[in-house]
Amino acid sequence: MNKHKIFSPGSIYFLLMCVLLYLPILLLIIFSFNDSTRLVFPLKGFTLQWYGKLYENRELLKALGNSLMIGFGSSLIATILGTMGAIAIVRFKLPGRSVFLAVSALPLVIPYVIFGVSLLILFNEVGIRLSAFAAGLAHVIISIPYALLIISSRLVGFPDNLEEAAMDLGASYWGALLKVTIPICSPALLAAFLLCFTISFDEYAIASFIVGTDATLPVYLFSQLRFPTRLPMVVALAAVLMIVTMAVMLFTEWLRRVGQSPAKKG
Amino acid sequence: MENRRQFASLIGPPSLYLFLLFLLPVGLMFVYSFRAGITGPAHDVFTLDNYRSFLTNSHFHRLFWRSALISLTISVISSLLAYPLAYYLVFQAGRNRVTLMTLLIIPAWTSYLLRIFAWKLILGSSGLLNSLLLSLGVIEKASPMLIYSRSAVIVTLVYVWVPFVALPIFAALGRIDRNLLEAAADLGCKPWEAFLRVTLPLSLPGVAAGFFFAFIPTLGEFVTPLLVGGASGQMYGNLIQDQFMRALNWPMGSVMSLAMLVAVITLVFILTRLASVSDLGGVYE
Amino acid sequence: MTDYAVELCNVTKVFSSGRGAKSEDVYAVKEMNLGIPRGQFFTLLGPSGCGKTTTLRLIAGFETPSSGEIFIQGKPMSKIPPNVRPVNTVFQNYALFPHMNVASNVAFGLAIKRVPRDEQKRIVKEALELVQLADMGKRMPSQLSGGQQQRVALARALVNKPAVLLLDEPLGALDLKLRKAMQIELKHIQEQVGITFVYVTHDQEEALTMSDFIALMSDGLILQLGDPATLYKKPANKFVADFIGESNFIRGTVDSITRKGTKLRVLDELVTVDAMEVNLAKGQAATFTIRPEKMMLKTKQPVSTEALSGTVQEVIYIGTDTRYIVTLQSGESVVVRVQNGCSPDVEQFSKGDLVKVVWLPEDARLLTD
Repeated sequence: MNKHKIFSPGSIYFLLMCVLLYLPILLLIIFSFNDSTRLVFPLKGFTLQWYGKLYENRELLKALGNSLMIGFGSSLIATILGTMGAIAIVRFKLPGRSVFLAVSALPLVIPYVIFGVSLLILFNEVGIRLSAFAAGLAHVIISIPYALLIISSRLVGFPDNLEEAAMDLGASYWGALLKVTIPICSPALLAAFLLCFTISFDEYAIASFIVGTDATLPVYLFSQLRFPTRLPMVVALAAVLMIVTMAVMLFTEWLRRVGQSPAKKG
Repeated sequence: MENRRQFASLIGPPSLYLFLLFLLPVGLMFVYSFRAGITGPAHDVFTLDNYRSFLTNSHFHRLFWRSALISLTISVISSLLAYPLAYYLVFQAGRNRVTLMTLLIIPAWTSYLLRIFAWKLILGSSGLLNSLLLSLGVIEKASPMLIYSRSAVIVTLVYVWVPFVALPIFAALGRIDRNLLEAAADLGCKPWEAFLRVTLPLSLPGVAAGFFFAFIPTLGEFVTPLLVGGASGQMYGNLIQDQFMRALNWPMGSVMSLAMLVAVITLVFILTRLASVSDLGGVYE
Repeated sequence: MTDYAVELCNVTKVFSSGRGAKSEDVYAVKEMNLGIPRGQFFTLLGPSGCGKTTTLRLIAGFETPSSGEIFIQGKPMSKIPPNVRPVNTVFQNYALFPHMNVASNVAFGLAIKRVPRDEQKRIVKEALELVQLADMGKRMPSQLSGGQQQRVALARALVNKPAVLLLDEPLGALDLKLRKAMQIELKHIQEQVGITFVYVTHDQEEALTMSDFIALMSDGLILQLGDPATLYKKPANKFVADFIGESNFIRGTVDSITRKGTKLRVLDELVTVDAMEVNLAKGQAATFTIRPEKMMLKTKQPVSTEALSGTVQEVIYIGTDTRYIVTLQSGESVVVRVQNGCSPDVEQFSKGDLVKVVWLPEDARLLTD
């Protein structure tokens, strides 16, 4: 075996890329504490005033409320639909499966602008008011493939006859899903919910077309970029969001790891 | 049969949702692409004019190909930067490779908008890079060239995509049986020959997956050009957004969107031929 | 009332594979008629793909017959879903619920039936004692060895007091020693609880060890049904003789048919084979079979035996026995198994020796193909 050298060209390159990847995030966080309206070096002094301003900003709190609401709603629906889809495609090899897989996976690669404009047309045509609710409906579509992936990769780790075993012992099919399938998927369900939540919470491209006047947090943030004086506050907001999403995603990843290594022999 | 009923009741609701909020809107967009307008009597007039003017407008074409070129540049640079990363992690990082890969991915989990926003701050004319260069005396006055340019779009999007491109390559390299490399060495290959003849060809499906995974969504990118692109950094996505939000020419915008959708689906089709789709799955693992 | 726990009447199961024009029907089970007697240890034996697992799944209700009817305790099952059938299954991979501990796994069926808690506890305790896992109730399935998981699966099925217990190669994943021990234990448990066991295996030795009755299957058909001794001693056809134990097959032509048996000509030699059931005409080709341990090697043919001449090709010492591979004059090879070191009239031979392969007339059986 090769010994692992700490300083090989590879490791130096890796470190460099890591620094580059983290640097912008780090800068945001540093400048959120900088006591100046201008984002330039050298730093002026430490302040928490920008965070204080966040707290007083009613528009922002309203946008936060909108984002939390549609994030919660859309990820709940996406997780439920994703669970149903995942059970269907993992447990049944019936016609219709591959079409479903293809259609449900397409939102992974289709540029979001297409969802934005086509849903704008739909909502306009059927008379759904442009609103945070409408954006929530759209976020379900882009969340479903992620929920499907997480839940089905958990599901394939278990023997495929656990439902049969439960039915053999007297449970109905739906009872077997409720008592066996759903419980063994629970870490994946939570992971899927959290991932879908962060997707919705961050999503700007689609929302910008269809939220109407109910700005979500990203839409609000984007609108504030035009005002240079508000920049430090936006930076503070960005820093908070970065840290929160990173924490949520780390937890999600941990859940998924737990979920990915189920006892195969069980 | 019992099986079919259970399958149908499980797959029904998600299918219905996908139909109503994905396929149906795209279908409506198709209908809109033939309309003469969206209000008044023009709403009910159907015409091929939109397609005609789309095909003859050289501005659209220029922007389309420019977007494609920008996406291509981003995907090529991202793949070139990501390959050594994945290679290092798989072959040299030892037991920590998954942890280190996670370390790379963490920033990519945070808000996309905010990461672009961070680059706006760095590249801006009164931004960090300018002020840093000024204070170091490298430049004499703040250069506005750093932001609002095509290269600003490219730098920002490469930053966004490198970790995602590294993932499928990481997965593909990880699957290569070490015995194959030993066999190559045993048969007289020098290490670099073994890389060229064994490792690289076996990892190409992963590279293709990563490449397309960056290429396809950036093709429709409009947020990044809006933030850091300026006039010369505009992409095709901005054109679509303009048609819907400013020019209010929805039928024209529909034609443009459909053109992009066709391009995307063609690329996806090519992707599924070239890359192992399971490597795409690696994007989420 | 019938004496059958399970009865299959003309049951056929067709799977269609492929789609559209290329679709092909595969008959997993063909027109099967079978009665499984109450309280017996009944084995469906056969090579993989013979339809034995499909038969089991049809009984359990996981598959529905394409035609025919299955009766359990005399009641037709076609409209009865698996969860209300009076049967329980021990799955090949055990299918223990990974999110429940051993006790909850075993109690699962009772909980579904809403048996009172105290009652559940008592029954689970008894069942775990029966399978010798009394202190393991709190463990999770992943903390158990393969053999222990197998016992939990057995207990989980047995607590429901099914009319029939279905076992799908439950010992397949265990190593040889453990498998042998579990075979005996399963048989004892079956005798103790008195429930009808329907056991699926491809291992003929396992089937012979445990079963009261064996149905040997191939290509969706039952080739022979009987107790282990009958299947071993009186195989109905070549497939059965070949599948169960080791057999020599010798081809010849019918020379004459007398009351004492059929005389076969094997090259220049004549042998008499006892054959009542087989209808053959003079001059027809026929095959007969003899087990290797029923043959002996001699320099001279003793009286009242049948014999063929040959040359020792190979001598293989395997401890308890010596195996001789002998090439007959016809060119066919036979295996002769001689037990070492007990009988004084055993002669020793070495490679190249000319010998007589001899057997008692009743040990040879004429076969249809």
